[in-house]
Amino acid sequence: MVDAAAAGQPVLELTGIGKDFGAIRALHGMDIQIFPGEVVGLMGDNGAGKSTLVKIIAGNFAPSHGEIRFEGKTVHFHRPVDARAVGIEVVYQDLALADNLTAAANVFLGRELQRSFGPFHFLDHKAMAARALELFGELRSETRPQHLVKQMSGGQRQAVAIARTRLSNAKLVMMDEPTAAISVRQVEQVLSLIHRLKEQGVAVMLISHRMPDVFAVCDRVVVMRRGEKKADRPIRDTSPEEVTALITGAKETA
Amino acid sequence: MALPMESPISFANVGHVRWWRRGFFNSQTAYVTFALLVLLVVMHFASPYFFTEGNVQNVAKNFSFIAIAALGVTFVIITGGIDLSVGSMMCLSAMVTSMVMTGLSTPGMPGASLFVHIAADGKTAAANVPGLILIVSVLAGLGTALVVGFVNGFCIAVFGLSPFVTTLGMLSIVRGLGYVISNGRGSFPGGPDAGYFYALTSGDVLGIPAPFIYLVILAAVMAVVLHHTTFGRHVFALGGNEKAAELTGIPVVRVKIEVYVICAMAAGLQGIIVSGWLGSAPANMATSYELNVIAAAVIGGANLAGGIGGPLGAIVGCVLLEVIRNGLVLAQVNSYWQQALVGVIIILAVLVDRIRSRMM
Repeated sequence: MVDAAAAGQPVLELTGIGKDFGAIRALHGMDIQIFPGEVVGLMGDNGAGKSTLVKIIAGNFAPSHGEIRFEGKTVHFHRPVDARAVGIEVVYQDLALADNLTAAANVFLGRELQRSFGPFHFLDHKAMAARALELFGELRSETRPQHLVKQMSGGQRQAVAIARTRLSNAKLVMMDEPTAAISVRQVEQVLSLIHRLKEQGVAVMLISHRMPDVFAVCDRVVVMRRGEKKADRPIRDTSPEEVTALITGAKETA
Repeated sequence: MALPMESPISFANVGHVRWWRRGFFNSQTAYVTFALLVLLVVMHFASPYFFTEGNVQNVAKNFSFIAIAALGVTFVIITGGIDLSVGSMMCLSAMVTSMVMTGLSTPGMPGASLFVHIAADGKTAAANVPGLILIVSVLAGLGTALVVGFVNGFCIAVFGLSPFVTTLGMLSIVRGLGYVISNGRGSFPGGPDAGYFYALTSGDVLGIPAPFIYLVILAAVMAVVLHHTTFGRHVFALGGNEKAAELTGIPVVRVKIEVYVICAMAAGLQGIIVSGWLGSAPANMATSYELNVIAAAVIGGANLAGGIGGPLGAIVGCVLLEVIRNGLVLAQVNSYWQQALVGVIIILAVLVDRIRSRMM
């Protein structure tokens, strides 16, 4: 387990992040630090502001207040691509897959490998299929790169979405409900992948409703309620019962 | 940073999809092609005239007159959009081309002195390289299409207007502009380069009509672009899931503008070719052709919901429509039936596709 203080500089540091949608205050005064190789569980009921927070970090929209620091430098993301450029990868809840394309095409969407013939650039189908197969192997997912995503099971689709984050040298991977729609065996696979990311020094933020998953892989759990951070504590100092109480508001703060 | 594999991956639960259930064979294009082949055989036995050289040439020429535009509109349909302005665009480009050609060839018109002079025998003659007038006028026609396509794409991609409404408006605008610049009269390609123009648009090489040759070349280029370039991949991704395309960093706005520009320019080129065959560009030329063009693309398997389509489908759709039209003529059926039959085929093709995908 990584001790937060000993890990040095946080990979991601949010100070006073807030977001207003008109009169609605979706997020208020969020301070979070995430260190390299740390797995942080982000929990909260529907409407607690989890998705808003994820979207701010992923660059879908800018915060109304506060500052985002990535590896010590202040960053401003205007588009999701900006966040990806610094090393933040996101597995979206709806997976952001194009059904009509193959698994390999989806993995490489937006960063296709190309071969050049003189002034022309063509897709390098072979290299992409080979790399995709390698990534699916790492994820222990029986997914063929050349199959259409349309014909795939929930777990295979999840594998495609996760494989995407492994293409680049990501420093922070955020997963929005990665275990919500898949089988028990595949949940094991996703969790073991999270462990592997952690071993590589990648920070992971896991957004999940599933208490067992969070307690199985996370070092720390952050609980949100009504747009505010209510608790932020190492997993060994808390229990599922306490976290549930914090989520529902039965217990005000930790 | 490859992670070590614990053991090689096995595909215990995931078999290979059988060959007839994937790729080309699993598409509407495949069975429409099959239907076309059957139809050709039937036509062969039904009419001794069908496979005569003259008739085949005629059919090839006729479907080439909408097929290039159908290739263009297929790009747009794959992204999940639609372009209703192709018919008007064909007319305007043809008109601009023939007007520029005539203008540059008439001594006294603005700019004409650069291109022609009056020869000693009193006829106008090209002042410099033969063919230059032709090139300039065709570029003018295609340039007009480029501008129209850009406006279409800009309104749709940047302002977020619906493609249907934008291009419906553009249909009217472009047709109106055609009437404005021509004052409602047709224009005729004329001048020293008119001969080249007719040779390139309605001539043939070894009995193969020129438009058909252009079609084959453009279709081959399109197939390569769609399946082997990043741009093509992005076009499909846009039609499959626009939000995913956006999130994965595909330049959605640029790709959208590009497909509408390609579509308008294909229509423009088509119009120029058709005007060469007609010998003029009348102001009501290609009226309602957009429906034939879109119908051909859809019959050939382009899905209006986006994400599916290709050059082969567009061409097969055009050929099917033309063979049926030709067949009805050979069978001496009243030609008014054609239009009704085309409608039936559109619905039938989509219906069969729906039934097939339900059964899988």
